[in-house]
Amino acid sequence: MAKKKTIRTIPQQRAPIREQEPAERTKNFAEVAHGFRVEDALHEAERCLLCPDPACVAGCPVGIDIPGFIQKISAKDYRGAYDVIADTNLLPAVCGRVCPQETQCEGVCPVGETLEPVAIGRLERFVGDKAIQEGWSSVPYIEPNSFRVGIVGSGPAGMACAADMAKAGCDVTVYEAFHLPGGVLRYGIPDFRLPNEVIDAEIDNLRRLGVKFECNTLVGRLFTIEQMIDELGFDAVFIGTGAGYPSFLGIPGDSLNGVLSANELLTRCNLMRAKDAGYDTPIPLGQRIAVIGSGNTAMDAMRVCLRLGAGKVHCIYRRTRAECPARAEEVHHAEEEGIEFHWLTNPIEILGDDKGNVRGMRCIRMELGEPDESGRRRPVPVAGSEFEFEADLVVVAIGTNANPIIGQTSKLKLNRRGYIEADKNLATSMAGVFAGGDIVTGAATVIEAMGAGRAAARSMKAWLGIRDTDHVYRTEKAGGNGKLFGIDLEERNYARVRIG
Amino acid sequence: MSKASKSSGFEIVAREDFSDVTYLLEIRHPLMAKAARPGQFVIVMSHEHGERIPLTIADFNRTKGTITLVIQAVGKTTREMQQTCQVGTSLYGVAGPMGIPSEISHAKKMAFVGGGLGVAPIFPQARAAKEAGAYVIGILGFRNKDLIFWEDKFRKCCDELIVCTDDGSAGVTGSVTKGIQVAIAGHPNIDEFVAIGPPVMMKACAEATRPHKIKTVVSLNPIMVDGTGMCGGCRVKIGGQIRFACVDGPDFDGHEVDFDDLMARLRRFKEEEQAALERWSENCRMREIVTSAPVRAADDSGSLPDPFEEVKGG
Ligand SMILES: Cc1cc2nc3c(=O)[nH]c(=O)nc-3n(C[C@H](O)[C@H](O)[C@H](O)COP(=O)(O)OP(=O)(O)OC[C@H]3O[C@@H](n4cnc5c(N)ncnc54)[C@H](O)[C@@H]3O)c2cc1C
Ligand SMILES: Cc1cc2nc3c(=O)[nH]c(=O)nc-3n(C[C@H](O)[C@H](O)[C@H](O)COP(=O)(O)OP(=O)(O)OC[C@H]3O[C@@H](n4cnc5c(N)ncnc54)[C@H](O)[C@@H]3O)c2cc1C
Ligand code: SF4
Ligand code: SF4
Ligand code: FES
Repeated sequence: MAKKKTIRTIPQQRAPIREQEPAERTKNFAEVAHGFRVEDALHEAERCLLCPDPACVAGCPVGIDIPGFIQKISAKDYRGAYDVIADTNLLPAVCGRVCPQETQCEGVCPVGETLEPVAIGRLERFVGDKAIQEGWSSVPYIEPNSFRVGIVGSGPAGMACAADMAKAGCDVTVYEAFHLPGGVLRYGIPDFRLPNEVIDAEIDNLRRLGVKFECNTLVGRLFTIEQMIDELGFDAVFIGTGAGYPSFLGIPGDSLNGVLSANELLTRCNLMRAKDAGYDTPIPLGQRIAVIGSGNTAMDAMRVCLRLGAGKVHCIYRRTRAECPARAEEVHHAEEEGIEFHWLTNPIEILGDDKGNVRGMRCIRMELGEPDESGRRRPVPVAGSEFEFEADLVVVAIGTNANPIIGQTSKLKLNRRGYIEADKNLATSMAGVFAGGDIVTGAATVIEAMGAGRAAARSMKAWLGIRDTDHVYRTEKAGGNGKLFGIDLEERNYARVRIG
Repeated sequence: MSKASKSSGFEIVAREDFSDVTYLLEIRHPLMAKAARPGQFVIVMSHEHGERIPLTIADFNRTKGTITLVIQAVGKTTREMQQTCQVGTSLYGVAGPMGIPSEISHAKKMAFVGGGLGVAPIFPQARAAKEAGAYVIGILGFRNKDLIFWEDKFRKCCDELIVCTDDGSAGVTGSVTKGIQVAIAGHPNIDEFVAIGPPVMMKACAEATRPHKIKTVVSLNPIMVDGTGMCGGCRVKIGGQIRFACVDGPDFDGHEVDFDDLMARLRRFKEEEQAALERWSENCRMREIVTSAPVRAADDSGSLPDPFEEVKGG
């Protein structure tokens, strides 16, 4: 092992990132941030202290062996790095791009106490992209068993569960309501953040594992969850249908033309390709656009509007920048691109013209009061601070509720808010049916949804009585102090025996 | 790329043209035929670059494994489909059946009102009511005698059928509201009305039955994208509340619906639709010049009929 690194001996500066210039990138849908070049990756890998008790691993919702893969990068063993990541994360090229690293792995990295933390996400993306480029995928030897597994929804949760069950030897079919798989990765997150080629590559990897995709299939309505078990012959089912059902403001003028959800705008643009010539789906566009909310969805909606040619885009948010839930990088990019932010501002009415189109909003200033249940300070209106805000398109991105279709069509137990109820093993109230991702937790993150898909796969294997070999290997590597049967793997104080 | 793909997708097994703007497509989809219930709809993508358009399942045949759509050519997509969707070709995507199935209530006496194109989607409901043992009155409205279709199908499942034409060329002269008055006069004890057609017509029906306090169910048709409750584009106002027609409907209590809101929202892409149609018609003309192949329905390009202003029997 290399000699011990300290905060003083590592490169102090992060490897440079190359990005499209703001003025140029708002005219296209190409990716904003270019990936690391090899030399950047090697530089950044040097910055990792290879902590013996790494905080970053605990900060990652799926517990990727981060120092493990970074060490492989340093050793220029990129395939090895990929294998380490692929052990826990199926979608490194996706997560490296879209994880909110500052609140997960990078947020707890001790390097960040004095310098900028190790750019774990960018390193992960480097490895993920390399894998796509080189066509690596870890397709293990799969011994088919006779189990059939049905997956509802092809978002990150469904994809992760499908992969694990296929690797365990099951015959896996993924059902997707849309005509293309990918979930939010496809219809929500725009190309300049996550190019379609990356999603296609990850879906192809699943196909290589033998997973079948059936699109245009609205489960619940075309057949129910009960029918999947009783009639279609599935031994187990996983539900990962995402959240959906956008909230509107509930203020006068909500249904004027020119008021739409960010989901609608993004779906028209990304999935239906309204942005490209030769596609039929129309997209509404204004000259002065107000986007309500400041999560990832709001950022994406605003930046899509800019790229579609909007004159000016404004962000209206009732708290301050400090509470803004979007990824730090996206807020930064949005600011660079000229989005105007109006913090501590809340719309109270949307104003229309005589044709039923939006012409503006009445807003009120807010201030932060006492902390609420979520621990964030509650925004309260400032009396007498109302003002008019001119806008010809209002995009609402203030969150989503549970999609009702599965609840309407099955006897599955839902919680008070309409999400599917699942225990800690992600089992639902129906035997053999598991659920995870946004439809269980409410809107969350890609990596959490993926983690839920994998956790559900583990329970599903246990339920089907498939021995989870994966589990044993995991304890060997991560838990158990790297020891199995008292043998320390890192020391390699034993010889592998090859038979035949 | 405007040809419906021939190899994959959902095969069209039969087609019938009711008039130069209305056509029927029968599509092979055994699972859908099995699952479909009256009142539900599908979302169709005719080709990879197309829009997703909602169309009501006008009929289904479980033994043949097919569903039937009746389509009115009103804009770019529906006109293009009129040209390209021939028997043997396929639709790129058909998803569904969407929406909550209509409640086939045990009401003893039910009247089903269909205006123009609404005649097709009301049919499976009328048939189901008949099968459930109700006394079924059909009220169908058309502009004139030549546009009448499916009269025979309705005769089979209705105890009484009232056909209305705007110009009086057949049946009762006037709109379906005239038919409603006739029906109420003959049967003061009608338990429920179900009305499907353009919003203005449904609004008129709801107003016609309101004074009599007879429950009136309408099937709303706002602009949709996904049809799965994810985008909120299809939101309608019902008794002051926001509802998504694709997952909370499409059937709602007609006396609670804010029809003006619905009609205003239906116009929200008017300019884009017009532009798309013109672009497409221009393309057709160009192709016509190049190949000198006859292209139907491309001549009257500029005049986009507004399906909701033109009150067919409403
Ligand atoms: C615009 C936007 C930007 C985001 N940005 C980020 C980000 O930068 N970083 C991050 O970590 N997270 C981000 N998120 C959140 C993240 O994308 C979600 O938490 C995650 O995708 C949830 O995954 P899922 O698998 O549970 O569901 P989804 O990704 O929502 O996938 C569900 C799939 O199921 C399908 N489906 C639904 N109902 C049915 C049915 N009845 N039958 C068949 N199929 C059905 C849907 O069509 C969909 O394809 C963003 C979300 C949005 C909307
Ligand atoms: C639940 C439901 C069931 C329907 N059933 C039928 C049916 O059985 N037969 C039939 O012919 N039509 C039906 N429609 C209407 C049909 O979807 C539209 O006529 C079609 O989308 C028009 O597309 P276009 O490109 O040809 O015309 P466009 O030029 O795009 O539009 C023409 C008009 O149709 C309306 N419209 C446009 N796009 C949509 C959309 N995505 N959803 C709804 N309305 C839209 C607009 O108000 C517009 O003024 C139904 C609509 C809904 C919501
Ligand atoms: S998956 Fe996300 S949280 Fe985990 S290491 Fe990668 S970027 Fe960090
Ligand atoms: S916490 Fe930071 S320095 Fe420590 S192993 Fe993780 S990335 Fe490296
Ligand atoms: S069509 Fe998108 S929510 Fe109904």
